[in-house]
Amino acid sequence: MAALDLVTPAGGGTWRFPANEPLRLDSGAMLEGLEIGYQTYGALNADKSNAVLICHALTGDQYVASPHPTTGKPGWWLRMIGPGKPLDPARHFIICTNVIGGCMGSTGPASINPATGKVYGLAFPVITIPDMVRAQAMLVSALGIETLFAVIGGSMGGMQAQQWAVDYPERLFSAVVLASASRHSAQNIAFHEVGRQAIMADPDWRGGAYAEHGVQPGKGLAVARMAAHITYLSEPALQRKFGRELKRDGLSWGFDADFQVESYLRHQGASFVDRFDANSYLYITRATDYFDIAASHGGVLAKAFTGARDVRFCVLSFTSDWLYPTAESRHLVRALTAAGARAAFAEIESDKGHDAFLLDEPVMDAALAGFLSSAERDRGLI
Amino acid sequence: MTPNSQNKVREDFREILRLVRPGSRVLDVGCGEGALLDLLSHEKQVDGRGLEISASGVAACMARGLSVVQGDADLDLDHFPDRSFDYAVLSQTLQATRHPRHVLDELLRIADRAIVSFPNFGHWRVRWSLLSRGRMPETKALPMPWWSTPNIHLCTLADFLALTAELNLRVDACAAFAGAGPARPMNPASALENWRAETCLFMLSRNGATTQGKSSGKELPLVSGDLFDG
Repeated sequence: MAALDLVTPAGGGTWRFPANEPLRLDSGAMLEGLEIGYQTYGALNADKSNAVLICHALTGDQYVASPHPTTGKPGWWLRMIGPGKPLDPARHFIICTNVIGGCMGSTGPASINPATGKVYGLAFPVITIPDMVRAQAMLVSALGIETLFAVIGGSMGGMQAQQWAVDYPERLFSAVVLASASRHSAQNIAFHEVGRQAIMADPDWRGGAYAEHGVQPGKGLAVARMAAHITYLSEPALQRKFGRELKRDGLSWGFDADFQVESYLRHQGASFVDRFDANSYLYITRATDYFDIAASHGGVLAKAFTGARDVRFCVLSFTSDWLYPTAESRHLVRALTAAGARAAFAEIESDKGHDAFLLDEPVMDAALAGFLSSAERDRGLI
Repeated sequence: MTPNSQNKVREDFREILRLVRPGSRVLDVGCGEGALLDLLSHEKQVDGRGLEISASGVAACMARGLSVVQGDADLDLDHFPDRSFDYAVLSQTLQATRHPRHVLDELLRIADRAIVSFPNFGHWRVRWSLLSRGRMPETKALPMPWWSTPNIHLCTLADFLALTAELNLRVDACAAFAGAGPARPMNPASALENWRAETCLFMLSRNGATTQGKSSGKELPLVSGDLFDG
């Protein structure tokens, strides 16, 4: 495996917290025997001042710069991480954790419930973005790190980055929020609900207890992924990529995948099922739907960030992102400004839709590299 | 930057650099690619922030490590807290805003002092251009035709002074520029300046406001000469 790595993980695996260190959840529940799957790259410096936490998006994982153990695909953000890249293991200690509720090593609905000895299923408590962040903070402390040089995340990862600034501003030097929002809109919730209903309508879901029955609601999960995938792209990007191109000559006069776009979506759905747990999808989409930073601060977003005046923020949005449109980022930036925080914000011209933050966007690269290197200078890292 | 200068500092920037106290908090409204902010943070160690409308400008600023937010002077100043800066700079932008009066008022809500520069529409070349050609003036300072200029609210020096009086603002310093030449002290009260000054730069504060830092409180001489140097 190491031979395939462009970036060799320096560490990682599963961190298990002792039973006397449970995770307190927003719902009031306690998670005992918490496990967190994580990867690290590079080394922590003597001052412990070079740690960077990368927060993954909805269906992402900790394999940010090394091959995925199931799919064998390269790390999902090698564009940003590697020798000479904005995040360089030669200078940074990079940590990426699987969110709680996930299915890549962190405690989630597919884990064993210590109380029953059986898979949690729907007995798993509902989790929130602040819960995910609280678990990350526990791991960061366990790794001996008091203050992070940066927390970086796109989409749901950007929600976590914001939450870090709200809950742990004193443990944060800078925060990067890409293609994200400070709350889920009605449209965001609506799309997630379609996905959840697709999963729950699959007869193999079995009320969430599919593991006990040795089945998987693969069809439902695939449909959920297909619907969601459309929201990650833009209309022009879909049009450019597929147009009305047919998969083979002529129409089938039936309901096979005639169009390239159908075939592409079916593939996206099918391959997702191989690497993702259906209940995890329910829990994590729920966490993002519940996300609303202002709600817990008297409805005033700026109040959430009053403790984060010394945190350097970088907020980027993309013109064709209709999942978390620029208006959402601007809303955040105005709140940061009102709170007196140091914020840099740009809307980047791109027709690649929401997923642009993961793709080749040189303007984003330059902005991010500039932001990080100036923060590194201020932090005394370079 | 002026076209003829890569390393040369723009004269109005040089004047702003001279006016700004070291280590102060500065908001540059319409900061472009961040040349002034860069200069201020390197030479005066200011804590600088910027507001810029163009995506390319903001991206360039971010690549230089500047804290710049993409936004519109007409819409986004409202979100800055009161007196969160020592200086708010608006360089050659006032005349391109939709609501110059509101923008000027906002600058002096956000900051103790506003540093504002603008092309003087009362300059003799502008007057001559209109008088002789009978068409919208096109001069070195105002080179674009009426249908493509971003300048929608041009004013003369006299107009500007009238607005500052209406908003009860005090002139702390002022200077005039011609072409790419150096700053020249001016007396805005003199009617002649409304003919002579091609570009004007003002440092303003609110009358009666208690400004932080060094303000003598008494009536200041209306020349840029020896004020706030260093």
